[in-house]
Amino acid sequence: MKKWFKSGDPWIWLNAAAVSASLIIVIGLLLLIAVQGLSHFWPKAVMQAQYIQANATGAKPASIRIIGEIHNDEEVSIEQLKDVGINLETDKDTATRLLVKTGNRDISGADFKWMLQPYLTEEEYPEDIIVLERREWGNFYGYLKTVTDNEKVIASGADAWPELGKRLQRTEDLYRQIRDIEKGDIGSINYKMEKLRLAKRRLELDKEDTPENLAKLISRRNILEKEYAVLEKDLSILYSQFNQGSITAETMSGKVIKISLAKIVRAYQPNALNLFEKIVLYIQKVGEFIFDDPREANTEGGIFPAIFGTVMMVLLMSVLVTPFGVIAAVYLREYAKQGAVTRIIRIAVNNLAGVPSIVYGVFGLGFFIYFLGGNIDQLFYAEALPSPTFGTPGILWSSLTLAILTVPVVIVATEEGLSRIPRAIREGSLALGATKAETLWRTVLPMATPAMMTGMILAIARAAGEVAPLMLVGVVKLAPSLPLDINAPFFHLERKFMHLGFHIYDVGFQSPNVEAARPLVYATAFLLIGVIILLNLSAIYIRNRLREQYRAVES
Amino acid sequence: MSMNNETTKSHSIDISALGREQRSNTLADETICITTGNLNLYYGEKRALHDINLTIPEKKVSAFIGPSGCGKSTLLRCLNRMNDLVDGCRIEGNVQIDGNNIYDKNVDVSELRRRVGMVFQKPNPFPKTIYENVAYGLRLQGIKSRRTIDEVVEKSLRGAALWDEVKDRLHDSALGLSGGQQQRVVIARAIAIEPEVLLLDEPASALDPISTLKIEELITDLKERYTIVIVTHNMQQAARVSDYTAFMYMGEMIEFGDTDKIFTNPGKKQTEDYITGRYG
Repeated sequence: MKKWFKSGDPWIWLNAAAVSASLIIVIGLLLLIAVQGLSHFWPKAVMQAQYIQANATGAKPASIRIIGEIHNDEEVSIEQLKDVGINLETDKDTATRLLVKTGNRDISGADFKWMLQPYLTEEEYPEDIIVLERREWGNFYGYLKTVTDNEKVIASGADAWPELGKRLQRTEDLYRQIRDIEKGDIGSINYKMEKLRLAKRRLELDKEDTPENLAKLISRRNILEKEYAVLEKDLSILYSQFNQGSITAETMSGKVIKISLAKIVRAYQPNALNLFEKIVLYIQKVGEFIFDDPREANTEGGIFPAIFGTVMMVLLMSVLVTPFGVIAAVYLREYAKQGAVTRIIRIAVNNLAGVPSIVYGVFGLGFFIYFLGGNIDQLFYAEALPSPTFGTPGILWSSLTLAILTVPVVIVATEEGLSRIPRAIREGSLALGATKAETLWRTVLPMATPAMMTGMILAIARAAGEVAPLMLVGVVKLAPSLPLDINAPFFHLERKFMHLGFHIYDVGFQSPNVEAARPLVYATAFLLIGVIILLNLSAIYIRNRLREQYRAVES
Repeated sequence: MSMNNETTKSHSIDISALGREQRSNTLADETICITTGNLNLYYGEKRALHDINLTIPEKKVSAFIGPSGCGKSTLLRCLNRMNDLVDGCRIEGNVQIDGNNIYDKNVDVSELRRRVGMVFQKPNPFPKTIYENVAYGLRLQGIKSRRTIDEVVEKSLRGAALWDEVKDRLHDSALGLSGGQQQRVVIARAIAIEPEVLLLDEPASALDPISTLKIEELITDLKERYTIVIVTHNMQQAARVSDYTAFMYMGEMIEFGDTDKIFTNPGKKQTEDYITGRYG
């Protein structure tokens, strides 16, 4: 035994165990998130069943028809059920309770219902059940009755389903056109109109509102208004076509309701789909999730603005933090006299990395937004006051706040890299008559780029996962426009933005429809991890290429 | 290869066996390039050089020999102020190159280093292409003309006896070359900026015998154009390549004179003991 200890084997085992434990935890976490998040988009079978409505009053239980997807199940104890007056005649200790998504929130008021499995009978999966994903009120489950156009019935019964498919295609095209006009052209015109309004206000402030200046503005405004009138006419034609079609459908309670085609995003018959069709639908839904805008208080639709905001914020932060950190590190390592002061600075820098991030958020709000932003507004955007331009949370301030949060990481990594450059290389350059600055610029810094990239990778990893400070300095639940668009000057750094991390918090814990949101939390988390991995992988790729290039004489 | 045979035969050196023509140099006949006057150097409290008085002749090879830690590299690094970079290093006395004290306050150190090139013990090419390594000094001087640089690179590489080996891969990384080739790139890099003096700090100690031989041949070629000072711990090498030899011991200059004389008929007992291998 003693010999075994001496051989070092126990330590190897211990180390191996620690490594495997970490690996299992990481892989387990990723798998959990991936499975929960990705399975959300798989089209579930929709069940139809009879449900005996349990009630405490002891009246004759009524049986109702249920149509819905089973989302979850759990075991509840019989005792617990007895306490609320439900008496199941069974000798088991527990009963299964199912979470059924019945949708039709516009009628029943809730998407999800908990149901006791023993009360469910006559479960079947009819092929002609349809699921409609709608722009409002969540999913619809039921049976298609007729397709109508301008109150006229076009198709009913078995013909209705293929007809619906064709018409939905057309409606979808119209929807795209309308969105392009509204978001693109009209958005652009609105943006220019706002610019003109500000220009006018500016003239007034500068006391240059001479008639000829104002006339110029008015003529430009008139041109815009003319363009707008044309677009508005197009739009109204599109809208009238768009709102024409509708369907009637029967809900689980047997009620027949009318649904406008314009309100339908997607329709499918889940029980009739074969595997291939399911895969296609799955890919469509994942694509929608990644590339579309959110609907219904973020609980439906996609999260593209959040992905975009996260990536743009992180990239902006990298652009800001890297030069700053590198310059600081170069000074600390190359120029500052090494002594007590530099030691204190280093300790301070390292400690900065440990300050709770919300503190940076408060700092960013106080210093960047209220002080810097407020002054910028006074100086350059006086025409927009009292509504603030930069004196309000925005993506620039978020990036800056995260940049000061991550600058210690970059400084430490760069210093490390600078100290690793062999003395021989520096001396070789100096011996050729280079000054210290030339040596730094031409030889040392290029060789230290891999270390700078390492710092940047760590900074990205930290910044992309940060939420708390962002809530104070720029993230919002729903941003009306992206910080990058086709309107000059293209980058709108004063705008607020959406962020995946905040989205998780918002959807998961601030949403009115928690049951519907839960899988989205997983899906968003999975996407956030994916985005961070992707950002890091690209940085690592660049670093490895640099490393290859600047592979130093190993000392 | 012949070198190895010699070392096994005897510790003392037979100048005639090195295949070098017998010469007799006297310092008095030479033009003086570098002189040091009462040069003292301290690393903190420790005195590393004691009152070094030395005159180094122009366009000759002068070698510093001596046991490890005797201060020969330190002395060499005094000649282009490389010791300025060492923390806690203090220098007294003066070093004159062409009559100007290089430790004067108004001396431009980088200009001095341009005139006094240096090659280090371990090859230290920059992690750039061969071409860029050699062009480094030119680019520092702000030379942009592609043609000038091309010419100088070729001339320097030829001068460093490397052209034929690398002319087809000038734009490959210098780090891909062998140690001996790297050292010659470094020499080419040093001579590309046309220095007056070339300081070689044990330039062949990290190389194999064949590369060493090439470097030594190169040194003999280069002395036609440059004043060369070489530090070596290999006495055969000093005997082979140098015209003058200085023997240093414990930070002091024991003896400096014609190489043949130092190796055949040293004036000091310590020199003789070292050369015959009694210590060191």
